[in-house]
Amino acid sequence: MRTILFLLQKEFLQIFRNRAMLPIIFVMPLIQLLVLSFAATFEVKNTTVSLIDEDGSTTSRRLVEHFEASGYFTVVHRTFSTAEADAAMQRGDVRMILHIPPDFERDLRLTGTAPVQLILDAQDGAAAGVVQAYAARILTAYSRDVRVDFVVPPPDPVAQPVIDVVFSHWYNPDLNYQFYMVPGILVLLVTMIGTFLSSMNVVREKEIGTIEQLNVTPIRKRDFIIGKLVPFWILALVELSAGLVVAKVVFHVPMLGNLWLVYGLTGVYLVGMLGLGLWISTITETQQQAMFISWFIMVVFILMSGLFTPIESMPGWAQKLTLLNPIAYFIEIMRRVLLKGAGFWDVQAQFWALVTFAVILVTLAVRQYHKVSA
Amino acid sequence: MAIIEVNRLTRAFGDFIAVKEVTFSVERGEIFGFLGANGAGKTTCIRMLIGLLAPTSGEARVAGFDVYTQPEQIKRNIGYMSQRFSLYEDLTVRENIRFYGGIYGLSNRAIKEKTAELLEELGLTGVRDERIRSLPLGWRQKLAFSVAILHDPEIVFLDEPTGGVDPIIRRQFWDLIYEASAQGVTVFVTTHYMDEAEYCDRVSIMVDGRIEAIGPPGELKRKFGVDTMNEVFLRLARGGAETAAETAAQGGGG
Repeated sequence: MRTILFLLQKEFLQIFRNRAMLPIIFVMPLIQLLVLSFAATFEVKNTTVSLIDEDGSTTSRRLVEHFEASGYFTVVHRTFSTAEADAAMQRGDVRMILHIPPDFERDLRLTGTAPVQLILDAQDGAAAGVVQAYAARILTAYSRDVRVDFVVPPPDPVAQPVIDVVFSHWYNPDLNYQFYMVPGILVLLVTMIGTFLSSMNVVREKEIGTIEQLNVTPIRKRDFIIGKLVPFWILALVELSAGLVVAKVVFHVPMLGNLWLVYGLTGVYLVGMLGLGLWISTITETQQQAMFISWFIMVVFILMSGLFTPIESMPGWAQKLTLLNPIAYFIEIMRRVLLKGAGFWDVQAQFWALVTFAVILVTLAVRQYHKVSA
Repeated sequence: MAIIEVNRLTRAFGDFIAVKEVTFSVERGEIFGFLGANGAGKTTCIRMLIGLLAPTSGEARVAGFDVYTQPEQIKRNIGYMSQRFSLYEDLTVRENIRFYGGIYGLSNRAIKEKTAELLEELGLTGVRDERIRSLPLGWRQKLAFSVAILHDPEIVFLDEPTGGVDPIIRRQFWDLIYEASAQGVTVFVTTHYMDEAEYCDRVSIMVDGRIEAIGPPGELKRKFGVDTMNEVFLRLARGGAETAAETAAQGGGG
């Protein structure tokens, strides 16, 4: 036990003395949290529009006002020629063409329906989908208004029942994308600090040769591993705290769940990720190798974690692979606990998955670390 | 009574046999010089004795403990200083002493006393809060040696402890070795400086993984009819090289 204290003291002295690493440990993650959370959003704002209003009626003008008032669309180009509108899109000046045909108002009055054409620049398919959804929402809302205005009775009320879908967005009623992203990015911070630092640590002692000196001391394997894991475990939890403060103060992320639960689960998760780092450290000989392997594993884990792309939209085989991804479980946990106020029993399954990862990864690391070379 | 007993100790790395059936013993309190050219197998042999490397075959007991089954007991009773510095360069003199003292289970009080004693003796009191990185090589080596015997081991293994420093500093380093020896510590030292070989009570000379000669320096010089250990070494090393060349020639001819 006393040995562990000496090891911890030494590790902390070394961490705080490393002038190159200190900013990386404490400043970089917060910058990442700020930048990524502001930048990584699926919201598509300020879609530029070319407007072809061939009707020029009050109704068509009001429709355009609805589009502009939504905050998602800005009309930057007005024309009566489809060719000109096409050219504007070709140049990249506009990302959507809103084409209102002549007799729009008249058709609407007389028949209760009227076509409107939307042409989207779909180079970025996901963004185009989002824009289309916004436009559809505006059109639906507008048609409801118009129907009330014109009081046009449906031609056949029995054959055409109107299904009015009422959406209600639970847990994130304002559809604030940052609320969704911040907990996930917090997970990344904690993960990267934990895994990278621990993977570099033992291998650094190999490079400078001090590991050999430690191996000829009667230090116990268990003490050594604990002495190497605990410092980064503590650092990562400090990092989490700083991240939570930023999430609350800057992004106003609702924290519905119990924070002790967040810390407890992070603690378990970190044991696994630090175990992974330590294992990488034991199978490599240089910091460069350790960095490369950690980076490779991290990229795969992060891209398949459901942080940026929902796991539900991955192909079946990829969804099965995410079952082996500790980051995916932990992002799920953080989102559910913070945004939905989930309790321990709600995230039990993920908790056990994390425990399993922790046990397996630490066991691997311990088995791989030998004081005596074979 | 031998404190290190080695019998037909062998270590192979794949097809390459680094240490071939080495047999020797070291008496308690001796300064034993373990000589050999670079690549002769010295470091491999020392790593087996201190429990860093598992032997392929043969037997070895260090401080009464078996290298196969009791490496941890051996570690409690030995000190080790390698050619690569064992001190943490980003820690200060005092922090290094405290860390290693703590790892070996010294009490806080013992660590404090030992630190003061050691700094005084090495004349490092003035730089006790300097980082190791900023100290000259010779000072670091002396400190590394003192740290290696901080826990009063029965044997201290020194693997080329004086590489890269001038003869005066080497001489000062050897004063420390004599002092430790006078206090009853057995010293097992590898070197390829032949002037250092003269300082040893007994030396062995390793050539191509085998011990080709063993005995007090004076006796070896008489046996080979030369004046210095350097000449003894050259004869043996050249002999080994010639034998190897002959074997190769014969192999090529047959």
